[in-house]
Amino acid sequence: MNDPDWPLSVAGEERASGDEGVVLGVREGRTNVSKERPQRSWHLSTAQKRGLSVGLATGLYGISFGALAVVAGLSVWQASALSLLMFTGGSQFAFIGVLGGGGSLGAATAAASLVGVRNAVYGVTANAMLRPRGWRKLVAAQVTIDEAIAVASATENPAEERRGFWTAGIAVFVLWNLFTVLGAVAGNALGDPKAWGLDGAAVAAFLGLLWPRLKARDPIVIAVAAALTTVLVAPFVPPGIPIILAAVVAVILTVAQRSVAPRGDEDPPQPVPERRAPRGDEGPPQPTHPAQPQDGDR
Amino acid sequence: MTLWIWILAACVIAFATKFVGYLLPEKWLENPWVLPLSQGVTVGLLASLVAANTFVDGTTIVLDARLAALVAAAVALLLRAPYLVVVIVGAVAAALTRLLMG
Repeated sequence: MNDPDWPLSVAGEERASGDEGVVLGVREGRTNVSKERPQRSWHLSTAQKRGLSVGLATGLYGISFGALAVVAGLSVWQASALSLLMFTGGSQFAFIGVLGGGGSLGAATAAASLVGVRNAVYGVTANAMLRPRGWRKLVAAQVTIDEAIAVASATENPAEERRGFWTAGIAVFVLWNLFTVLGAVAGNALGDPKAWGLDGAAVAAFLGLLWPRLKARDPIVIAVAAALTTVLVAPFVPPGIPIILAAVVAVILTVAQRSVAPRGDEDPPQPVPERRAPRGDEGPPQPTHPAQPQDGDR
Repeated sequence: MTLWIWILAACVIAFATKFVGYLLPEKWLENPWVLPLSQGVTVGLLASLVAANTFVDGTTIVLDARLAALVAAAVALLLRAPYLVVVIVGAVAAALTRLLMG
């Protein structure tokens, strides 16, 4: 580890990637890269392996999106268009969730767009990490999703960040789209969706997206208030409006929470360059970055 | 046709949201409101979707098999089941409840 140009040099890039067991230190402590091995071309780096496993796991539940989309009234083509073009799971589920509940197309679009706001934050993060140029910027933007940012942020090494981002982003894109088609076709063939419990699947799908975000008191308060708002106003306004009101409640509560504790006691926002040491094991990438997604969120 | 137009519009908005991040200066993240608001709104919307899909039918509040799905999914999540398993558990719980309660 006497290469002064690390992590910019090519040799440094190769050295720092590799099998599980490689423990990357924090930027200053890079001498604790252990189990040094030269990377061979057929070896996937840690970030690439993570990217592929996240891609497979996430891609698989494209099945549930596809099936729920046709149950909500979309055609197979329309479900596929959402996965190809919108390609951000939370928003896609929000879109069909509002439609499935009888909401208007405008409300569905508004809900999907609001759920997607976090992607702008990810975009800033990814741009800082990758610095893509030209057409790559457009491609990078399309695969800027929770999983790609999660895998990229799980490492310190810039080359690994890049590999992780692209591997996860492209793997999720390909598999998510394949499984969406599969799910949509299967959903069409199922007949009565209620007999198969597909409305229960939708409930579980949204709870599964919400769950990893409920790790502190503030988000739990927001979640409870938003859910209560939804149920309380639902009898009095057209379908699709409760979710917009819930978003308003979330904004008000966030402002109130931040005003009480302006610096934030649990999760203070940090500028991009602030990164923490990654974990050395092969588990799914953990949030190590403030602008980072919670796992399981698509 | 209207459905297609809205789908495409929503997709354009989604891409523009992602792309705008690549155009914004990094400093934007330093604004103390950006992260909490984007996280807060996401949590609020997802919680609202959970509630609406469990308790709301059109403009009426109903308690039906979907509540069983909610409980079963929560148990699966507490047991750290993978996402796809959680979704399947929700479906099975709702289907079984309907079957048992006729």
